[in-house]
Amino acid sequence: MIEVRGLTKRYGAKTAVDDLTFGIEPGKVTGFLGPNGAGKTTTMRCILGLDYPDEGTVTVDGKSYPDLAYPMREVGALLDAKAVHGGRSARNHLLCLAQTNSLPRRRVGEVLELVGLTEVAGKRSKGFSLGMSQRLGIAATLLGDPKVLMFDEPVNGLDPEGILWIRNLMRSLAAEGRTVFVSSHLMSEMEHTADHLIVIGRGKLIADCTMREFIAGSSGAWVRVRTPSAEEFVRAVAAQGATAATDQDGSIEVRGMTTEQLGDLAFSEGIRLHELTTVRASLEEAFMELTASSVEYRADVPGAQQPSTTIGSGV
Amino acid sequence: MATITTSDVRLHTLPPAIGRAGLRGALASEFTKLRSVRSTYWALGALLIVSIGVGALVMGGESGSLTHNIANRAGFDGTQVSLIPFFEIGQLIIGVLGALTITSEYSTGMIRTSLTAMPRRGVVYAAKAIVFTGVTLVFALITSFVAFLVGQAMVASTREGASLFGNVKIPANAIFSGPGGPGSPPKVTLQGIDVISASTVLRAVVGTALFVTLVALIAFGLGAIIRHTAGAIATVIGLMFIIPVIIQTLPQNWRQDIMRFFPDAAGRVISVTVPGGGDPNLWSSWPQMIVTACYAVGLLAIGAYMFSKRDA
Repeated sequence: MIEVRGLTKRYGAKTAVDDLTFGIEPGKVTGFLGPNGAGKTTTMRCILGLDYPDEGTVTVDGKSYPDLAYPMREVGALLDAKAVHGGRSARNHLLCLAQTNSLPRRRVGEVLELVGLTEVAGKRSKGFSLGMSQRLGIAATLLGDPKVLMFDEPVNGLDPEGILWIRNLMRSLAAEGRTVFVSSHLMSEMEHTADHLIVIGRGKLIADCTMREFIAGSSGAWVRVRTPSAEEFVRAVAAQGATAATDQDGSIEVRGMTTEQLGDLAFSEGIRLHELTTVRASLEEAFMELTASSVEYRADVPGAQQPSTTIGSGV
Repeated sequence: MATITTSDVRLHTLPPAIGRAGLRGALASEFTKLRSVRSTYWALGALLIVSIGVGALVMGGESGSLTHNIANRAGFDGTQVSLIPFFEIGQLIIGVLGALTITSEYSTGMIRTSLTAMPRRGVVYAAKAIVFTGVTLVFALITSFVAFLVGQAMVASTREGASLFGNVKIPANAIFSGPGGPGSPPKVTLQGIDVISASTVLRAVVGTALFVTLVALIAFGLGAIIRHTAGAIATVIGLMFIIPVIIQTLPQNWRQDIMRFFPDAAGRVISVTVPGGGDPNLWSSWPQMIVTACYAVGLLAIGAYMFSKRDA
């Protein structure tokens, strides 16, 4: 498995990755999150031996990447879909990669079919759309039937169909027992795919936990209540030891009680409810909260509101 | 690992891996890379057309001048003249290909994909250099032989052409006599005989191809060091064409002492077949070739070091 220990990488005076330590478990989709410029790509480049770390070590199955007998059989990595020679056809691009690892030639045709590029296999990749380039890049990662797959921002710039395709592909790859390590700066994307999260900001580790822990560990859940008898209800809640605050729009935000407890309370007090909803901090909010201090370039938008996702049932 | 199934496509299980990815796979890969982009065909096509075509034109012109003014026959080096376009222009064309072979990986970003597939950089670099050298050498030899043969055919009527199959005798000196001046051209007498042996001609034809190949490797090494196509090509032009011009402007005694240490000199020496036809300030053909080879080996080695040590 991938082990990153004390990884530090500097570009001139700028420290892109700062003493980063984490491990990636097999058979899971691990999301690698951080704002733009947090060091995600640099970390991936160091794992693949493209960049040399200033300090620390990175190993894949206990070996440094360049020491793997057949790297493509161990790791399939797609860092940049446009990192191909545009003058070369899709088929020849894959063939020249397959040959380096002595992979059978027929494999090229198979992965082309898998990603749906068979019809344009003979065309120069210069003319490919981003979605097609992405598919070509993914075809390359699958050539060696690798145990570990790494994708850097795989859905960037893709249309909804492409995003769905990649999401399903990552899930099915993980379901086959492969390790999937995928970076993104979009939390909403991870919400649908990742089991485990590694969050970094300014090159430093912020969180290394399961998706569930990550959401639970953030500001937590509260309940939104709408009722015509707001004052009465707030008093009743306060009497139970929970906190209730009235919002501008007249809804009440309750912390410290569940929807069941609040429903029972309203029933026993004879108060009619129009809404009773659990509001959980979305991944996006949790992420914003965690990385707030580590965003490298920030543009403050006055009056901007953070998005929130509503989970649970309205009454 | 298990087979991947997505929709209705199924990948076959790979055969078990034996050994380790190495030079053999890298060589196959680099050959695929070279043959699968158009720039290779443009460069090799241009090399053939320019070297052979311009060589034929030059020799056609020589045929006329040999016929109209027999003085030109003295010391006429048919071999070198037929190869001049090849080693003067052809070296630049193949140099562009040499630089591109490595800089196109960086300009397109392909290098990151290449080194992810095969992270042992020394192997990648060696495979690239070997495949490029092999292809270049084959095409340089073909170009050199064809340019030579076509060139000699162009002067066949004068019987001054060189041959790969037998010794050719040409007049050594032209002696001018008579008054000269307008309306009364001087009388020309050809004296002495120079023998141009077939083995000398073979050395010139093969050696010129080797020279052009070495220049291509200089360009390849510069490509690995500079990593930018335009920068690498400009440096090749500087080294092979601009520096020699600058040297020409230096005082005579300096120039005589240093010109043999530059990589362009070998081309002008190795192609000479007429006895005493070379520049007396340069070494003989093979020592002068070693100078060029030192540049090629040195730049290839620096390129290899930088290819391995720098972040990709």
